Amino acid sequence: MLDGEPCNILENEYVKPGKGQAFNRVKIRKLISGKVLEKTFRSGESVEGADVMDTELSYLYNDGEFWHFMNNETFEQVAADEKALGDTVKWLVENDLFTITLWNGTPIVVTPQNFVDLEITETDPGLKGDTAGTGGKPATLVTGAVVRVPLFIQTGEVIKVDTRSGEYVSRASK
Amino acid sequence: MKNSRCHPADLPAWQMQITPANLHLRAQLLARIRSFFSAKHVTEVDVPVLSHAGVTDPYIDNFVTQLTLGQSTTSLYLQTSPEYAMKRMLASGSGCIYYLGKAFRHEDAGRQHNPEFTMLEWYRIDFDDRALMQEVDALLMDVLDVLSAEYLSYHAAFLYYIGLDINTATHDELIAALAMDFHYDIQQVSRDHVLQLLFNIHIEPKIGQERPCFIFDFPASQAALAKITAADPRYAHRFEVYFKGLELANGYWELTDAVEQSRRFAADNAVREALGVEQVVPDSRLIAALEHGLPECAGVALGVDRLFMLAQNLNSIEDTLTFPLPKA
Repeated sequence: MLDGEPCNILENEYVKPGKGQAFNRVKIRKLISGKVLEKTFRSGESVEGADVMDTELSYLYNDGEFWHFMNNETFEQVAADEKALGDTVKWLVENDLFTITLWNGTPIVVTPQNFVDLEITETDPGLKGDTAGTGGKPATLVTGAVVRVPLFIQTGEVIKVDTRSGEYVSRASK
Repeated sequence: MKNSRCHPADLPAWQMQITPANLHLRAQLLARIRSFFSAKHVTEVDVPVLSHAGVTDPYIDNFVTQLTLGQSTTSLYLQTSPEYAMKRMLASGSGCIYYLGKAFRHEDAGRQHNPEFTMLEWYRIDFDDRALMQEVDALLMDVLDVLSAEYLSYHAAFLYYIGLDINTATHDELIAALAMDFHYDIQQVSRDHVLQLLFNIHIEPKIGQERPCFIFDFPASQAALAKITAADPRYAHRFEVYFKGLELANGYWELTDAVEQSRRFAADNAVREALGVEQVVPDSRLIAALEHGLPECAGVALGVDRLFMLAQNLNSIEDTLTFPLPKA
């Protein structure tokens, strides 16, 4: 917890001069604002732990303002706002599972699975015989996301995408 | 990078960390150091690793162990540097001496740190800090095959790299120059801590990139065991050596005044109390040696593992060691 916000530690460097006090230079991401900052701590200094919990929930629907998710076992529902959703909005498919980070019960981050299978709604017809996927072409997915796919991929096919890089991986295995 | 074959991170724990090739090169480095001193008739000495007294420096933690014999228990300290024992030898009439062996600090292991490390420390009778700096420079040229070092006073380094005159800068000006965020209240910390942060963050990465860099005339408040400069008591005869981002050596024109030494031990313990860390009983045998008479001398301690990192362009101290702490 820092400035009332739960944070993620990205890097932590320990510095100890031969004569003098040790300190740590820490790179932190604030989970709510998404801000990345560097702070200096005295070595051994402690910080309040954040009451943060990750849960796996399936996506239900959007009511225009909030996105609703449900726990498939308890049927408990939570509503995430636009800020919590961020870029994940382009991977949202109903009934798919997402990791929701809850802080004091409120969703602050929604993370998609690393790989998702999505249908292509629009892409230019490719050239026959191109199997190496040299240049690639843009394809629009059912969620609205645009990814580069090999030329042999056609509209209507379902592909596997890496959500961390936003890149095409393969045709989805049925 | 020459000769820096990286080990895969998952090298099995039983296996030596240093490469067999570097194991031999390290032995050659030690041999070269010994011949450097042998040519100058400086005598190699051994010191007890276990001692009845520890170091009072508030920012150096001692390893402490117990010797229990029947009903009596004695605390023994693993030496953090051979300094006290060597000064007792000097006062006993040893002449110029060096130590090449293990020292111990109770601290985290890291890229530049291992709690058990190899230290080279030597004392030269009738040298002052300036003369000793030149000898350190000569040793580095010999073992690292580098150009002669550059020399910069602590005051000049701040003026040149930060644009601050530390003789006149206020606490607020120093803090503003840090240009950093702190998790603790930086207004409440000592001026020396702010100076050290400025030095570590804004000066150390910039100096000694091409050739070693000596920083000399440290503030008197960071004198440790150095004489205060007679001409300007704001400064002390202490120097440090930096090369390629590593703090390599720390030396003094040695304090010989027993009363002043006792006063500094007490001041260290006062800082320890303020920091909430354990008090360390001052070494009465060192004080007694100073009372008897320590010859005028200069001394310096140099991290040999770091020296080998520089010699072979290794990225981590672990790669200079057979079994670094996680594998020891």
